[in-house]
Amino acid sequence: MEHLNKTYPGGKVAVEDFNLEIEKGEFVCFIGTSGSGKTTTMRMINRMLSQTSGTIKLNGEDIGKMDPVKLRRQIGYVIQNIGLMPHMTIRDNITLVPRLLKWPQEKMNERAKEMIKLVELPEDYLDRYPSQLSGGQQQRIGVVRALAADQDLVLMDEPFGALDPITREALQDLVKDLQERLGKTFVFVTHDMDEALKLSTRIVVMDGGKIMQVDTPDGILRHPANEFVENLIGKDRLIQARPSITTVGQVMLKDPIATTPGKSLTDALRLMHDKRVDSLLVTDEAGILKGVIGIEDVDYNFNSATSVSDIMKKDLFYVQSSSLIRDTVERILKRGLKNIPVVDDNHRLVGIVTRATLVDIVYDALWGDEEADEETNNIHHGEDADSASAKGGEA
Amino acid sequence: MMSFLQTYGAQLLLKTWQHLYISAIALLLGVIVAVPIGVLLTRANDTVANVVMSIASMLQTIPAMALLALMIPFFGIGSVPAIIALFIYSLLPILRNTYLGMKDVEPALIDAAKGMGMTSGQSIIKVEVPMAAPVIMAGIRLSATYVIAWAALASYIGAGGLGDFIFNGLNLYRTDLILGGSIPVIILALVVDWLLGKLEAAVTPRTTQA
Repeated sequence: MEHLNKTYPGGKVAVEDFNLEIEKGEFVCFIGTSGSGKTTTMRMINRMLSQTSGTIKLNGEDIGKMDPVKLRRQIGYVIQNIGLMPHMTIRDNITLVPRLLKWPQEKMNERAKEMIKLVELPEDYLDRYPSQLSGGQQQRIGVVRALAADQDLVLMDEPFGALDPITREALQDLVKDLQERLGKTFVFVTHDMDEALKLSTRIVVMDGGKIMQVDTPDGILRHPANEFVENLIGKDRLIQARPSITTVGQVMLKDPIATTPGKSLTDALRLMHDKRVDSLLVTDEAGILKGVIGIEDVDYNFNSATSVSDIMKKDLFYVQSSSLIRDTVERILKRGLKNIPVVDDNHRLVGIVTRATLVDIVYDALWGDEEADEETNNIHHGEDADSASAKGGEA
Repeated sequence: MMSFLQTYGAQLLLKTWQHLYISAIALLLGVIVAVPIGVLLTRANDTVANVVMSIASMLQTIPAMALLALMIPFFGIGSVPAIIALFIYSLLPILRNTYLGMKDVEPALIDAAKGMGMTSGQSIIKVEVPMAAPVIMAGIRLSATYVIAWAALASYIGAGGLGDFIFNGLNLYRTDLILGGSIPVIILALVVDWLLGKLEAAVTPRTTQA
């Protein structure tokens, strides 16, 4: 949909060699600290600012060659300060752009009603003035004002920055929903990583006028391109995101206790005794997972069977080491298994996940590392926490 | 009082009319010239705006009497030079209030108007002037009061108006004539200010439901 390549040196470089292609229907967030050039870049898209060099294309057409006024009428625009006209009714505010485009009155009335329904406000609000609405309601109107003339592209400049967290969340949901339902393209400027992660299909991290990283929210969390991106995401969030981006391979216990099918039950029992475990995984010589035997099987069949292969259970639940914790934790918990073997792509046994491992994951997700707040540890984790806080005390 | 009205009643009406007429035309010209210039100044760069505002301020500092006298070599005597002099006086308050009122419009609104795709003209007419209207009107009210007061001096260069009574009274040591001229000027100024106040309320954009 767009191919934009802009350098913007003007004494001070605000945006430097910015290249990005945005597909139709995408929700792209520009994120960065203040002065990173994110707003500047966005405002060049509807020519509120002009670039020093480079071109921006909208549907293949160079916007530099279009009439800026016409261009802006086909691009929705939402700003942080809401910018509703205080001397116009909500109806007139919503239909501001249609009126500029000289739509017939009837169509405008209809659209106003449609739009106010879209943001779940009562129809009689149409005759009110902006000052009679709360901040959140006003910005809802700000959002639909940017949609009322069937704009396909909507630019939003920190639209929810000034709202309280609850209102902000409601509006984020609304915008996300509108984007998914109406298939509009959004370019959204924010400095709030949570907001970016929640809304976008792709995130553009900017610093000093340059793109640091362009990736999906998952991609950004999983592979922050550099330290700046990592800091912007924040340690807390990286930890919280761990279940959703860590693989089973990263948390499993390596070197699980295993035996081979040819071994006798006596050998198996001895191994169990030596390693203090109640079950053994069974692999062939190449390390391919074959099955599992438990102590009860050994006990029950000790006199009738001779080798491990006779009594091992072949249908067992296992997970791939490359699969995500997020996707597996629930399955593991639901099945009530004590432990699950982990295999690699070649079905070779590489590790084991026990319920204790899961405790670690959940624990980390909630309270982070051991350095985390001692009090919290004490309250929620009896013995473990005592040792943790003892360590913390020494440190 | 009654005898004064009996003697000078007809003359009083005529002079009041003249006074009002001179003031109104001067003020009207002032509005027609100063408001658009004030609006345009917001689109010019700051240096230009400062220069224009300085010139207007400078004109304001010329003593009223001197300015009236200065008109005579160019426009002779009568109501025309008086109107021109008063017009010059009316400029500054209107110009300054228009400029400041327009500058004071919330930048977010102007940004939104532009971002929505309004042309500069549409933004001025539909957004900026309505928002600045109360401030502009305050400037016009101020100018109106000045102009009416100073129009009394216009009789000095033969423009007529209530100043005739006052000057006659001064020359003849007649207190009744001085008062007979001054009081109507005051009343006129108050009434006009009150009327313009009504107008100001009317042009102030509504921001809440009735």
